[in-house]
Amino acid sequence: MYRRWLWPGFAFPGILWLILLFVVPFYAVVGVAFGTVDPILLQPVPIWNPLDWNVGWLNEVLHRLAPGGIWFDVGIRTIVYVALSLALCLVIGYPVAYYAARHAGRLKGLILILIILPLWISYMMRMLAWVNLLQTDGYVNRFLTFTHVLSQPRDWLAGSSSTVIFALVYGYIPYLILPLFASLDRIDRSHLEAARDLGASPWQAFRTVTLPLSKIGILGGAVLITLPMFGDYYTPNIVSQSPQTSMIGNQIDLYFHGGPQPTIGAALTFVLAGFLTLLMAYYMWSIHRAQQDVGAVGAL
Amino acid sequence: MTAVAERRTAPQFSTVTRLRGWFRNPWGKPRFLVLVTWAYILWSIVPVLIAVQFSFNATRSRTIWDSFSTRWYWGDPVDSVWHDPTLRHALVQTFKLAGADVLIAVPLGVLLALGLARWHGRGSGASNFIMLFPLVTPEIVMGVSLLLVFSELFTFIHTGTLAQILGHVTFSISFVVVIVRGRLFSIGRQYEEAAADLGASPFVALTRVLLPLLTPAIVASAAVVFAISADDFVISQWLSKGGDTDTVPIRIYSATRAAPLPSVNAIATIMLVSTLLIVTLGFLAWRFLTRGERGQKSDDLGALGL
Repeated sequence: MYRRWLWPGFAFPGILWLILLFVVPFYAVVGVAFGTVDPILLQPVPIWNPLDWNVGWLNEVLHRLAPGGIWFDVGIRTIVYVALSLALCLVIGYPVAYYAARHAGRLKGLILILIILPLWISYMMRMLAWVNLLQTDGYVNRFLTFTHVLSQPRDWLAGSSSTVIFALVYGYIPYLILPLFASLDRIDRSHLEAARDLGASPWQAFRTVTLPLSKIGILGGAVLITLPMFGDYYTPNIVSQSPQTSMIGNQIDLYFHGGPQPTIGAALTFVLAGFLTLLMAYYMWSIHRAQQDVGAVGAL
Repeated sequence: MTAVAERRTAPQFSTVTRLRGWFRNPWGKPRFLVLVTWAYILWSIVPVLIAVQFSFNATRSRTIWDSFSTRWYWGDPVDSVWHDPTLRHALVQTFKLAGADVLIAVPLGVLLALGLARWHGRGSGASNFIMLFPLVTPEIVMGVSLLLVFSELFTFIHTGTLAQILGHVTFSISFVVVIVRGRLFSIGRQYEEAAADLGASPFVALTRVLLPLLTPAIVASAAVVFAISADDFVISQWLSKGGDTDTVPIRIYSATRAAPLPSVNAIATIMLVSTLLIVTLGFLAWRFLTRGERGQKSDDLGALGL
């Protein structure tokens, strides 16, 4: 009933926008990363033709990230921070999502709203809240000295890794809980009842039914928070400001907002994007496999 | 007779057996989960409430409570949100970006959602792929790309309000598409086909049948776009030229790195209240416009952007 060109025509403005302001800009990063630098003005000179690309800057960045390079520690630190934060987010988030999906009963609506609420509170507002609480004379120190956990107030905001990981967990956990909740909520209870009727203990039923069926939610949520965490620079900047806790994102930020060499920043951005694309590809592959597994369970 | 009476008296289990039974009971509420959940909820919300409380502090401290005052909102002649031009301009800039973002991203996203949902020809797969990418790209990568494209390629666009609006629309479109497309799938094609059978032209079927059915999703996505634009820090910061183009999240960020006054808490509170108000209105509008369609709980989640 509609003309053939109608639907592509509808999609056209949006796609054009994304090509001009998402695809082309990424090519600008590539052009600058594989470009040269004006020797006098120190301005980046992008090279648009892939045949003329200069791989010198990319080599430089990879050398700095390799063992012995000046960014090796930063790279390892980023991976450790992200891995620890992700693990903590899962340990805290899974029980919360599980309870909200399975056992909340009449309170389900209320709990869901309270879980979603932090998503609508600005990230900066939530970080500001903790910066206030963690001041030397803030509530946290006052509570800890009052209960004699600490003999004297501690400066939490002076470059401590634990504070950065804490802040990352606090910042990103709501984005993990929601997909977890959605996948747990979707599980058909009859699968669980069948497992119990066939003699599985609660733990066995959880391990063999609930956990595999929520795998897609776990993977999806994990990717949803891991990708932005790898590019985070503001969280360590807010709660620590020390080079001792800087992440890859901080290096990129430095090269654009402090340093004179956007070319190295662009090359590092390119490397980060490549790394995250690999992560994404692994995720797509696992989702594909998990869906096949779930398909098998459904067929049973 | 006696056997029945014996069975009726409550069996006397030892404490250990009862505890084990309580723990093993597969259908009972696991108390450990209750505890974790409420502790998490308190942990996620109470710090923000304390920050809101200190925006009403009468002294310059953000850590020691004195007494209630609206000094940091408008009372203080120099440092209050109302009188400090940097804070006032940040508020204006944030609302300006969010408003422009809604006005541009929502129509573009609705058209794109319609196009992608119904177009199955050559190029539709690639378009779908491009649409999904901004959702998974870390903002720092997007920020660097936009900054470099405006400095190296589209040199006629300078950092500042225009660049920020272009950036915000770029990351918002996909959210609109996801919300509207979810709605499109749930209403199906039968209403349009019925309209066509009854003699409606394609234009009429589109504007008089499909568009009203999409209204809830359009309203919800407008609320979501407003919220994500107002909360955005990275894109706004990378494309800001400083001064008046700094938004509220940028002000909060730079203030926490210096020695902030409760006026920062005050401006954060103003943004918090506005965002929650818009999102609540969007949600209520969604509920109102989809009344009579209950039983589709997943749609309510869709309205919240996920």
